[in-house]
Amino acid sequence: MSIDTDTARRVAHLARIAVAEDDLPALASEFNAILGFVEQLNEVDVAGVEPMTSVSPMRLKRRSDEVTDGGMRDRILSNAPDAREGFFAVPKVVE
Amino acid sequence: MMSDLSKMTIAAARDALRAGDVTAVELTEACVTEIEGGGALGAFVHKTPDLARERAEAADVRIRAGDAPAMCGIPLGIKDLFCTQGVPSQAGSGILQGFRPEYESTVTRKLRDAGAVMLGKLNMDEFAMGSSNETSVYGAAVNPWKVDERKLTPGGSSGGSAAAVAADLCLGATGTDTGGSIRQPAAFTGITGLKPTYGRCSRWGIVAFASSLDQAGPMTKSVRDAAIMLQAMAGHDPKDSTSAELAVPDFEGALSGDIRGKKIGIPREYRMDGMPEDIEKLWHAGAEMLRDAGAEIVDISLPHTKYALPAYYVIAPAEASSNLARYDGVRYGHRAKLAQGDGILQMYERTRAEGFGHEVQRRVMVGTYVLSAGFYDAYYNRARKVRTLIKKDFDDAFAAGVDAILTPATPSAAFGLGEMTETDPVQMYLNDVFTVTVNLAGLPGISLPVGLDGRGLPLGLQLIGRPWAEDDLLNTAYALEDAAGFVSKPVKWW
Repeated sequence: MSIDTDTARRVAHLARIAVAEDDLPALASEFNAILGFVEQLNEVDVAGVEPMTSVSPMRLKRRSDEVTDGGMRDRILSNAPDAREGFFAVPKVVE
Repeated sequence: MMSDLSKMTIAAARDALRAGDVTAVELTEACVTEIEGGGALGAFVHKTPDLARERAEAADVRIRAGDAPAMCGIPLGIKDLFCTQGVPSQAGSGILQGFRPEYESTVTRKLRDAGAVMLGKLNMDEFAMGSSNETSVYGAAVNPWKVDERKLTPGGSSGGSAAAVAADLCLGATGTDTGGSIRQPAAFTGITGLKPTYGRCSRWGIVAFASSLDQAGPMTKSVRDAAIMLQAMAGHDPKDSTSAELAVPDFEGALSGDIRGKKIGIPREYRMDGMPEDIEKLWHAGAEMLRDAGAEIVDISLPHTKYALPAYYVIAPAEASSNLARYDGVRYGHRAKLAQGDGILQMYERTRAEGFGHEVQRRVMVGTYVLSAGFYDAYYNRARKVRTLIKKDFDDAFAAGVDAILTPATPSAAFGLGEMTETDPVQMYLNDVFTVTVNLAGLPGISLPVGLDGRGLPLGLQLIGRPWAEDDLLNTAYALEDAAGFVSKPVKWW
């Protein structure tokens, strides 16, 4: 599978990373190098093999869904680039 | 005298502290002095000498009171990937510029509660993505080993940890390992690095790269030190649902050095084309040492080995693209300056373009691609199936009675900074060819220095153990360490 600049542009957008138009061809070529390397996986017979979900054979623990912590608004906001009146502030989302 | 204190092993320092021959404050001052003089190594990127002195004083009080766990008063460096309360924790990335966590990672909290003294935060590849420490926003860490004019990489991603321990800036350091990030830098710098079984140490509060592969571990000057430090780091944590609710063995107590009758596997697939002769010889010598110590050496096959790196370069970027989605300029870290009329989408895209370095961007996008509609099955699901087969290879070897597996740690000795940056990214990825299988299978692996190459650079061997049997693995490593008698240290140039 070969990645062209249109695909590179689409992937950059899906990943929410701004990539300059001029940089797309180089990016596409790097993707192709990496994906070319992983193409080898097609040689493996995986018929009937379960995809791994957990490396150790243990069941994830369950717990009741209840509030165990909280009341620390200021600490949660303390690293925000822009916090106002107890909220994270962002550019307008809805017109 | 002062500079010698920082050269101590954790075990020797513990004994000296308990005997009253040295104080934690003296040990800490010695390390602080070494760190001040070690700027050229680029190892410590956020120094916390005042915090260290405070903790050292508190440790001395505990030691005098007779309440001293093994790590009490031991000065350590902490990889920048661990969130440490009130102390910058940037994962080597520009996107976490200015981030000071309000909380402490479980592993560093356990070390702190045991009385260990944090000297500061250590350099690393950005988000632990790299094998040379060159993707760090702080600039590369430098290997204290040097044989000509070139500056060498300490490896990565835990390059700062490796450089700091090898150069005696601290007694030990934390590392994390997703594909080899503890073991490869340990091998490049002549120290010991242990990646525990997946789930042995809590991942809570460690900046996530690939959650199904990441694991924290100790980087130390000896196998005994790795055992002592792992003891303090390990254990179940309700805050990490993948941390194992299993009893933690007595690691140091397992170090008898007696490996008679143990079966050590030599996997034929690890004999790579073009492997340097020095490494081939070292591997052979290591097997002989274990045989002389009474182990039985057997040839084994791990048939899917060659597919480990390709599977890793699907799974790790896929998980990274998901984990790193949180860096959006809203809750912490960097936010791009917006132009008039820019909306939230421009904010996300520009923040991430400015905040992430090139390698991180590349991996996030590769991960996005392999998870995107139409490719999910072809790449991601196929890689997860191959991962199942890679784990089965190991399961089969252990089921056949193998106790541990001996391999080279890296395909070369440390290379020069800048020498790999212009090549195809896949060339850099090959550094992890011997270590990445262990992460995919969730096993414990340890790298320890066994010899020097023809130019005088350290080379390591890796031992891979059964899941949850770090005690047995450490004991085998202890026997190998004893037989190898590696005592070389880098000649100080910094």
